[in-house]
Amino acid sequence: MLPYLLRRLAQSLVVLFGLAVVTFLIIHLVPGDPVQQMLGARATPHTVATVRLQLGLDRPLLAQFGSFVGDTVTGRFGDSITQSAPVGQLIGQRIAPSALLIAYGMLIALVIGVPLAIVAALRPNGFADNLIRVATTFSFAMPTFWLGLMLALLLGLELHVFPVSGYSGGIGGVLRTLTLPALTLGLSLSAIVVRTLRSSLLEVLQTEYIDAARARGLSERRVIGKHAMRNAVMGTITVLSVNLGFLIGGTVVIESVFQIPGLGSLLVQSVEHRDYQLVQTLALLAGATVVLVSLATDFLQAAIDPRIRLASA
Amino acid sequence: MSATVPATTPAARRRIGLRGLFAGRTRPPLPVLIGIGIVGVIALASLLAPLIAPYPPDKLDFLNQLQAPSFSHLMGTDDAGRDVFSRTLYGMRVDLGIVLLVTYVPMPLGVLIGAVAGYFGGIVDTVVSRVADTMIAFPFIVLVIAIIAIVGPGLTGVLIGVPIAAWALYARLARSEMLVMREQQFMLATTALGYTKRRAILRHAVPNLMRSSLIYSTVDLVVNLLLLAGLSYLGLGQQPPGAELGTIIAGGQAYLLSAWWIATLPGLVLVAFGVGVGLIGDGLSDGRMRGGAS
Amino acid sequence: MSVNTVVEGAPATPVAANAPLLEIERLRVEFGPADAPLAAVKDVTLSVAKGEVLGLIGESGSGKSLTCRSALRLIHQPGRIASGSIRFDGRDVLGLSGSELRAMRAREMGMVFQDPFSSLNPVFRVGEQVAETLRVNLGMSKKAARAETVGLLGNVGIPEPERRYLSYPHELSGGMRQRIMIALATAPKPRLLIADEPTTALDVTTQAQILALLARLRSENGMAVLLVSHDFGVIAQVCDRVAVMYGGHIVETGPVEAMYSAPQHPYTRALLESVPALDAAVRGSERRTAIPGQPPELSEQIAGCVFAPRCRFAQESCKSASMRLEQVGEAHASACPVRPFADGRAGAGGAAATAVRVVPDVAEEAGR
Repeated sequence: MLPYLLRRLAQSLVVLFGLAVVTFLIIHLVPGDPVQQMLGARATPHTVATVRLQLGLDRPLLAQFGSFVGDTVTGRFGDSITQSAPVGQLIGQRIAPSALLIAYGMLIALVIGVPLAIVAALRPNGFADNLIRVATTFSFAMPTFWLGLMLALLLGLELHVFPVSGYSGGIGGVLRTLTLPALTLGLSLSAIVVRTLRSSLLEVLQTEYIDAARARGLSERRVIGKHAMRNAVMGTITVLSVNLGFLIGGTVVIESVFQIPGLGSLLVQSVEHRDYQLVQTLALLAGATVVLVSLATDFLQAAIDPRIRLASA
Repeated sequence: MSATVPATTPAARRRIGLRGLFAGRTRPPLPVLIGIGIVGVIALASLLAPLIAPYPPDKLDFLNQLQAPSFSHLMGTDDAGRDVFSRTLYGMRVDLGIVLLVTYVPMPLGVLIGAVAGYFGGIVDTVVSRVADTMIAFPFIVLVIAIIAIVGPGLTGVLIGVPIAAWALYARLARSEMLVMREQQFMLATTALGYTKRRAILRHAVPNLMRSSLIYSTVDLVVNLLLLAGLSYLGLGQQPPGAELGTIIAGGQAYLLSAWWIATLPGLVLVAFGVGVGLIGDGLSDGRMRGGAS
Repeated sequence: MSVNTVVEGAPATPVAANAPLLEIERLRVEFGPADAPLAAVKDVTLSVAKGEVLGLIGESGSGKSLTCRSALRLIHQPGRIASGSIRFDGRDVLGLSGSELRAMRAREMGMVFQDPFSSLNPVFRVGEQVAETLRVNLGMSKKAARAETVGLLGNVGIPEPERRYLSYPHELSGGMRQRIMIALATAPKPRLLIADEPTTALDVTTQAQILALLARLRSENGMAVLLVSHDFGVIAQVCDRVAVMYGGHIVETGPVEAMYSAPQHPYTRALLESVPALDAAVRGSERRTAIPGQPPELSEQIAGCVFAPRCRFAQESCKSASMRLEQVGEAHASACPVRPFADGRAGAGGAAATAVRVVPDVAEEAGR
């Protein structure tokens, strides 16, 4: 197993490096003067030059890249010009709502998706299966921001069950303010969960070991719940980690719909304010999260599935 | 696959290709027909927007603000009195045009790059794979937003940003398929027959790879459409007062309770379109999976 | 090397407990749309007596696997048992409720599948899989189940059972996996064991070991066995009686010695003739006679005898023959109305007898 893990680790490091390169290039690919655009039309040439010096943009490219990587790794993200606050602080303040939203969304996706997938797989091409399939087709077709607005309209404005904007911390606050956004996210993601888990389950249910388990007189609940699911879950874990990118992208939009002060809305704001530094840092953060979670998932899978462990030994 | 039937003429090849699409049936199944119908109607309506829209999309009419849907305004009017239906038609026109471009321009490029990487392996493969992995590691929308940050908000940003991110997905798909395909009999035969590598890849491998890429592109099409609408909603795509479904919906958010039609109805058009494409895509992939034997 | 290769460890004469344990009557298993069904099992009648080993032999596609799966009602959609009856110990299997069926599968019947790799759950340890059935079906405590499992593993010939308890299926050889499968199936000491080509995926040496194991378990537990195979050599080693299947029908049944020395159905005879004698190379001129033609497709509707198109004794009347089994000897029945071998000539049974004789003696193996 160790050579496999080392290989995966090396691969991830290469990709992380690539991410750093791409995000680093952002500020340097801006046509025209990025600093001027950041500070706005009213900034004096003197201010522009000072800031440029501050950001080290006059140094050779390679040296800049070096400090970029060094600073990122050590957590020295610098200060945001447009927000007049250290980047690290901004991120720290806003990471909790985003992380909670993602976790809550994933939870909802699983709670909705797993039972539906099982129901669909048990009687393929039956009435329930076709109904679920139609539902997932609709779900894929819905823009997340639109779905969010519809949910806000129905559950928030019409029925007054949840507030439609803002965020408050603490368990009660999270449940109150994040439920609608998480529901939006979760409904969209659940379609993917249903589709992949269903197809995984269908494959597993055709195998001989499931037949053999039934032949031994084990109850359907045990056969499906324990024997089948354990095998089907592997594929779904991979899919979920792959869809982390989808989740992160979703939060970018949903935070704006529901006015949640998270990293997603911060990203949108920084684009509007031409705050390239913040954009760089946030983009790098997003990409790195996906890579690291994917790595962790692969490790987890190797731990769970004995075949992977030995196959790569 | 119908690889056993010798396809002598291009016409014969096409016929086989089409038949192969729907599991040996020349007439597609009902859901696919419904999908084609929906997509066709919406696409046609959008294309003909200048002809069939009852009002110009930016005609202001402050006497008729926030009107509910009626016969004269099928989807009502917004806060500036503009007819939502006309705006939706024009908006869909813009959307579809852009989405077709950003989906089907990177597709052949990505497939080609992936096919080459998979065929040759070695360092070419490693380099391409790492670059593609890097692109894919970003959440799609984040990457596009980053590029929009560089270029500035607006449709140009989307036109540049999406293809840069999208080619990588097709490349990865094509590459992994090529890895399998390269060992198959008909590919080994091209080497034995002394065909140039270029011919082997372009004329023999790529047409087969296109199949799964086409199926995937239906998903991609919808994803890109929703992405474009989302970006416009955020103010990063089409800029107001240009008509685009995302901007229309964004404009309707403030009136969600009082004038629900502004935000809701254009969204339904998006959903309908997405469902239509989804039905077609499902039909294509079902045909492939069943492989001709029901 | 002794000649007595048949029925190692079986009682000398069939014991008085001859009431059939499993009775399958006129079974029909269909696939496809209800208005145009394809029948893989067209009309099968067979029975297994208590403690008896019945071999079911036929080519691939003859329907033998489906027949034995039907006994446990393990037919997958879109297949279905269309008609016929199945009785186990007098009870109507087809009419059992879900929980009754489960109880029957758990304690009265066991099944061993063909491919030992795909019939064990790859993500659970083998010992755990056996212990699970002991806990769930026999109500044993965790500790008792574990101890019993180790005992069972040892009993089926797994070396170092304590250690092997913790192994995963892919860590074991095919023969060992099949032993685990057998342990699993026989753990609740079922009265009937159904073995669907248990040795087909194994090499010849392992094959002999597994068959010996089955024979031993059968004599230890007094268990009846329904053994399915396409290999006469396998059938010869353990079975008391044989049923020959072709094209979805049973064409001949009888005691194994009678089937070998005097087969009455042309298909049985042709099958035996096509088994090569091991010393054929030495004897020189012995040529194998393949049966001309192909087994019928599922969709083919053959009027009369299904074997007639390939049979060298076929007559005009065969086209309207029913496939009913008629008595031709002591406990010996054949579906062939022509009876070309009725005068009892040994004929080509010679090759088959040779084949039986040179099969390695499993006496030592079973005696362990």
